[in-house]
Amino acid sequence: MNILNLFVLIPLVMLFALWLCRNIKQIRTVMVAGSTLLLALSVYLTIDFIALRSAGVTAPQLYCNSWSWFPSLNICYSIGVDGISVAMLLLSSIIVFTGTFASWNIKPQTKEFFLWYVLLSLGVYGFFITTDMFAMFMFYETALIPMYLLIGVWGSGKKEYSAMKLTLMLMGGSAFLLMGILGIYYGSGATTMNIHEIAQLNNIPTDIQYIFFPLTFIGFGVLGALFPFHTWSPDGHASAPTSVSMLHAGVLMKLGGYGCFRIAMYLLPQAANDLAWIFIILTTISVVYGALSAISQTDLKYINAYSSVSHCGLVLFAILMMTQTSCTGAILQMLSHGLMTALFFALIGMIYGRTHTRDIRQMQGLMKIMPFLAVGYVIAGLANLGLPGFSGFIAEMTIFVGAFMVDDTFHRAVTIIACTSIVITAVYILRVVGKILYGEPTNEEHKKLSDATWDERFTVICLVICVAGLGIAPMWVSDLINSGVGDIITNLRP
Amino acid sequence: MEFSIFILAIPILSFLILGLCGMKMPHKAAGLLGTTAIATVAILSYIAAAIYFGAGRNDEGLFPTLIPYALQWLPLGNTLSIEMGIMLDPISIMMLIVITTVSLMVHIYSLGYMKGERGFQRYYAFLSLFTFSMLGLVVATNIFQMYVFWELVGVSSYLLIGFYYTKPAAIAASKKAFIVTRFADLFFLIGILIYGYYTETFSFTPTELLLSSAATVLPTALGLMFIGGAGKSAMFPLHIWLPDAMEGPTPVSALIHAATMVVAGVYLVARMFPLFIAYAPEVLHMIAYVGAFTALYAAIVACVQTDIKRVLAFSTISQIAFMMVALGVSLSDDPHKGGLGYMASMFHLFTHAMFKGLLFLGAGAIIHAVHSNEKSHMGGLRKYMPVTHITFLIACLAIAGIPPFAGFFSKDEILAACYNYSPAMGIFMSFVAALTAFYMFRLYYLIFWGKSHYEEELALYTAGKTTHEPHKPHEAPATMTTPLIILAIITCVAGFIPFGKFISSNGHAYDIHIDAAVATTSILLAVAGIVIATIMYAKGDSKITQAINSSMKNIINAAYHRFYMDELWLFVTKKIIFNCISRPIAWFDRHIIDGAMDMLAIVTQKLGNYVRPMQSGNVQSYSVWFLGGALIIILTLIYFA
Repeated sequence: MNILNLFVLIPLVMLFALWLCRNIKQIRTVMVAGSTLLLALSVYLTIDFIALRSAGVTAPQLYCNSWSWFPSLNICYSIGVDGISVAMLLLSSIIVFTGTFASWNIKPQTKEFFLWYVLLSLGVYGFFITTDMFAMFMFYETALIPMYLLIGVWGSGKKEYSAMKLTLMLMGGSAFLLMGILGIYYGSGATTMNIHEIAQLNNIPTDIQYIFFPLTFIGFGVLGALFPFHTWSPDGHASAPTSVSMLHAGVLMKLGGYGCFRIAMYLLPQAANDLAWIFIILTTISVVYGALSAISQTDLKYINAYSSVSHCGLVLFAILMMTQTSCTGAILQMLSHGLMTALFFALIGMIYGRTHTRDIRQMQGLMKIMPFLAVGYVIAGLANLGLPGFSGFIAEMTIFVGAFMVDDTFHRAVTIIACTSIVITAVYILRVVGKILYGEPTNEEHKKLSDATWDERFTVICLVICVAGLGIAPMWVSDLINSGVGDIITNLRP
Repeated sequence: MEFSIFILAIPILSFLILGLCGMKMPHKAAGLLGTTAIATVAILSYIAAAIYFGAGRNDEGLFPTLIPYALQWLPLGNTLSIEMGIMLDPISIMMLIVITTVSLMVHIYSLGYMKGERGFQRYYAFLSLFTFSMLGLVVATNIFQMYVFWELVGVSSYLLIGFYYTKPAAIAASKKAFIVTRFADLFFLIGILIYGYYTETFSFTPTELLLSSAATVLPTALGLMFIGGAGKSAMFPLHIWLPDAMEGPTPVSALIHAATMVVAGVYLVARMFPLFIAYAPEVLHMIAYVGAFTALYAAIVACVQTDIKRVLAFSTISQIAFMMVALGVSLSDDPHKGGLGYMASMFHLFTHAMFKGLLFLGAGAIIHAVHSNEKSHMGGLRKYMPVTHITFLIACLAIAGIPPFAGFFSKDEILAACYNYSPAMGIFMSFVAALTAFYMFRLYYLIFWGKSHYEEELALYTAGKTTHEPHKPHEAPATMTTPLIILAIITCVAGFIPFGKFISSNGHAYDIHIDAAVATTSILLAVAGIVIATIMYAKGDSKITQAINSSMKNIINAAYHRFYMDELWLFVTKKIIFNCISRPIAWFDRHIIDGAMDMLAIVTQKLGNYVRPMQSGNVQSYSVWFLGGALIIILTLIYFA
């Protein structure tokens, strides 16, 4: 029994159990038990993986297994993880776990909500454990579809519009992606869809690479909020319910960065080297443009969505720099951004649940009314603007140092431009903190509000501990992801 | 020196305890916990200093650099990594003493000053966090560790300036302080990136081989790092945050915005001094000019401010600029051959921390007594607050450069270094020193002499002209006066410390000697400044003062508004960045980019509507389509056949 299968089996069992549930108590029991189990599993996997690596196991993929699925098309259900996937699995489990508590009181149709929620997480887990392009694509789609319903039914504001927009744009990306995957498969002439076997062949003709690299990169890039395909993100996040925002920004957007790195760059190295400059320009725009847009937003979720555009832009930016350090930074940034944004969206959801507004002009002095949530918000803000001691700092610094290692004027210039985001981020974060948390409360209605309940406190504390833990002791993560990144980099820079 | 880890561990533990369970503690317990923690750290620092300097010099005549702790914190590729550790050398030991001493004084003082304030425990938590960050900064083993703690110092400063978070001015000031320094840190970061890439290490002392290969880019890297330092140390034009930072509680201003954090930039330059001298002397010249200009600018502005804390803020800017100038005018690393400035700068940093801390704490006592920052609410306070008066006077004499107070000795060394650099620089800085004496005594007279605001109000009240009974100024409680007295004693004796024996630019012992010519000029100029201030302000607004004020109305007005630097910055940030860049980008995103996506959807929908009638379910129309299609195919076939 391969331990990785549990990541798919547990959600399946949870789905079945949820289907049988009769009341909210049972639903909560199933959710807490399942997500705790998944969290424990991924923690165990992380520790075990690091132990194996330090014991000198050098195989690129561990826990590998493969079952033939559609033999006529060479599609297999093959699984295996390297450090990057382990890190992403850990991230996903943390977000799914805390997201469960963040949607503790979701209404109506609690059962259906959690069914879709678990299906979404199933897709995410599946995506990270497979090494087969087709299976990966299938899990990717599995994760996307529930999103439509979760936003469309349980969302707020212009939810139908946002859900439709998000789904259509991501589906458009998938179309590109499917073309890309087929192009890679046929281009390599391989008799397998396994990513690592194709990478070892490394025989896709350059002209084919030139066509399919942009397709694949954009396909995943849409999900990674690549400029100018990011506009689903502000609307989508603004309308989504709290835990869906958390899961979406925290994990689903990472699928984009992960896919770009694992498929587009790894399998099409030649084109990646030659065409990277186009995407470097686009991602640099994402980084600065997202941050600048965030300054003048007035809706808390819009601010955060644009902030995500900026931070996820940095992930793709770092990947395209193609140095060992910058790519390590990209993975760190995925982890860090996932945790930070989840924390941010959780807090915004909690504040919105009380004040019933997300307009920063209508809130003031929340620090006096709900000190716990306000302090949490300040911590999330400081983490987001890259304060040392939180995960954002180490991720950004690794990226900048790594990007600076590419020794030519173009790369240097874009790196310096991307660096300016640290100042712009400070501006929009402190602006919001100053506006809504500080000052005297003016709204009479707000003065009656209460501070966080136990489930909310638990969510916030868990995420703060993760963000701070990664920020204070980052050494172990690089042990985890170094070899995984190294393999891909070797392919890119022979 | 293994115990040095506790110098960092105790403040951070104190922060965590106070931050996590402070709310459940009574005020007194929280205050005592914070104060005890810092007292322990101070004692440890003194012990460390005693052991370090007591161990004596090594065979080369230098104090050895000790690194009791260094662990790899974040590996960055094959060659680079960020280390966290503790490095003890003469200047870091000196900084440990300065920080812990002033911090301890401030902790004790705050027990009285902040008594009964809402958020008392939070205040002590932040003070502990600040002390931790500042200590971490000075013991950094490499430039990146310094940057890490540099940012932490910035955020503690942000939290403390915004301590009164319901006060709009405090919120704005904290935001401004953070963003301005962050802007400067951007350059610092780029400097570090360049430095790290070309020297292949973040260490302060790369090998000669690596340095020589990086020689061409080192001036750029060091120049960028200096901009970061200029932001923290409030050099023109990045000084704009410091006067506003006075919105924080006064003891915080004493600790952070006078004695410790603002000298971080000076410390940074001093830390990198060997590289500056060897590879970037032109950057040092630039630092000297920037410093000299800032010193003059801040001194002029300080002459006309009416808020006593702002006078002190500008005086701080000016004095830090003196330290920068002293570093900038160094011509070699040998103190006998033009490298005197390094020692002078560190000496001034040390003495300035003591007397400026004293001035701010004194100002705090005054504000505590009269409940206002404005000079118009003061006057004649010497009768009511004798201890504050005497200690404040000592600090004023020290900053003015009157022997035997500490400021005389350190400033004299700076001026000697300036004269050695060029006579013009020397004369210029002497003039600024005279100005310093003038504005400090102006402040002194306005607070302690002249007509008493309280007595005037009392006369009005007894005459029945107001119903508001004035509040009688009173001397501060013992928790506040004790730190004042201790700092005053240090200010009296610190000048006699043989500073050159411990710290000099090349590490070898150096005997401080007073240059008679320089000393005489500087004393005469300081006395002149004091005399002018006495004539103008000792008896309230004299006729001469009014005459001068009206004849220089425009200049005074401009200086009062700090030569409109804040308005200029506000224009750039608010008008240009917010209104001309951010807003249009947000609009562009919502309407053009997103509009294009929506347009795509709309076009698809329209096209769908357009072709939908074809699938109407109506058999007649299907047959028309079928026949028409068949006809076209047949015609095409016939045509091509």
